[in-house]
Amino acid sequence: MTDVRVAGVGLTHFGSHPERTGRDLFATAALRAFEDAGVPRGDVEELNYGNFMGALAEHQGHQAPLMAEAAGVNCPATRYEEACASAGVAVREAVRTVRAGEADVVVAGGMERMTNLPTDEVTEGLAIAADDLFEVRAGVTFPGAYALMAKAYFDAYGGERRDLAHVAAKNHANAVPNEYAQYRQEVSVEEALDAPPVAEPLHLYDACPITDGASALVIVSEEYAAEHDVDAPVAVTGTGQGTDRMALADREHLARTPAADDAADTAYADAGVGPDDVDVAEVHDCFTIAEVFALESLEIADPGEGISAARDGVTTADGDTPVNLSGGLKAKGHPVGATGGSQIAELTRLLRGDHPNSDHVADAEVGVAHNAGGTVASAVVHVLEVAE
Amino acid sequence: MSAPTSNAGHDEWLDALADGDGYALVCPDGHGSLPPRRVCPECGATALAEEPLAETGRVETYNVVHVAGPQFADDVPYVNAVADFGPVRLAGVLRGVEPALDAVSVGDRVAAGVEERATDGERLVAFRPAGGE
Repeated sequence: MTDVRVAGVGLTHFGSHPERTGRDLFATAALRAFEDAGVPRGDVEELNYGNFMGALAEHQGHQAPLMAEAAGVNCPATRYEEACASAGVAVREAVRTVRAGEADVVVAGGMERMTNLPTDEVTEGLAIAADDLFEVRAGVTFPGAYALMAKAYFDAYGGERRDLAHVAAKNHANAVPNEYAQYRQEVSVEEALDAPPVAEPLHLYDACPITDGASALVIVSEEYAAEHDVDAPVAVTGTGQGTDRMALADREHLARTPAADDAADTAYADAGVGPDDVDVAEVHDCFTIAEVFALESLEIADPGEGISAARDGVTTADGDTPVNLSGGLKAKGHPVGATGGSQIAELTRLLRGDHPNSDHVADAEVGVAHNAGGTVASAVVHVLEVAE
Repeated sequence: MSAPTSNAGHDEWLDALADGDGYALVCPDGHGSLPPRRVCPECGATALAEEPLAETGRVETYNVVHVAGPQFADDVPYVNAVADFGPVRLAGVLRGVEPALDAVSVGDRVAAGVEERATDGERLVAFRPAGGE
């Protein structure tokens, strides 16, 4: 089995670009990834593309060939859809394809165009990541589902809105120097607490924004990198994926995310590392409470302890294990189908030392990315390591 | 965007719930699930029998929704809850309470039925306080 390297990463600005087409966004990310990698387009053997709601937002199905031509590649192209984990699974399949020796160069990433829709239609679009018959028709919205999980967590383990406000404040602070981030301003704990409710106990600053954006990665085999003198110092050493019951009501525990537990266990075992080895993490904080679930699934925090990690400074930029130095979904933004690729791009930049927040993790060797779909009915975890 | 107007299995289940005859599908090992279903999602058993839901359910978690999609635009604010009815949990809108976090508690008992969305009259699973803990 060959080792897998990240040869290049490309991102668009994450933000409100309602006039930009999906094809233009993805082309921009892909162009930047090729420039970063120094790999010629003609060497790309497969394109794995993540997208969630393009059929609703752009009236566009069958997006993979469209994105292949936008990126200027002519190769097998496939769209992956796993709600907010769409790009995570696209990357995972790229890793598996390269490992299997089926290809030496795969482009993986994703795109989401969202702000061209009115907010209520985006809310409805995101809701379809839940069970339509037993959740959506029962009034469960996407923020509402995480509010149900947050309330269950508070009831099981304790914690309060102030703890969550610290997660928001941390991630907003991290986004300030990130040129790709949607919200580059700090938000205080008090401002977060004072924001209007969306689905109590979650308020506006507990929620990620609605975002347009794209991500692209050039994933190559170690042999290809060596043969073509491609500088690719970061390796993807572990990948894992987990699945849970679709509807929240059917889960064994309403305040935990077993799909992410499974994904993390698999990815750690695959990489031969453990939670204690993790120096830096990018996790799926679509809502502040989701970062808490992620920390506990990744075993960066014990069950019931994740809630206080930001408040106690464990996960802040200067803490033991900085989490979401990119700003996270919370402040960098969450173009749903692009997010999983963006997390790997940001981790790669952090580990290479060319991220504006790299100084906070100058000696980091191991990073982990956690990408979740819906209310974590699906989850993907990747381990990245500095290989050279 | 439009959802299907008819869903065999689910429609009949809603009819039964509306008549006070709500049920779950239960496999020989006692795992509960909701229709339409051919296989127990826990163990794969195909012998699924209809068993009645408990008379009242225990609220396991809840929220207060202030921002919803177009189909619930005139329903906000509303309380959403997940309640345990024995073989299964259900998600539904909890009516008959103030839409406030402190108006409800985990552990409250609720009855399940079918009511209409305020926005467009479509059917939805609704809970009402049943009293007692």
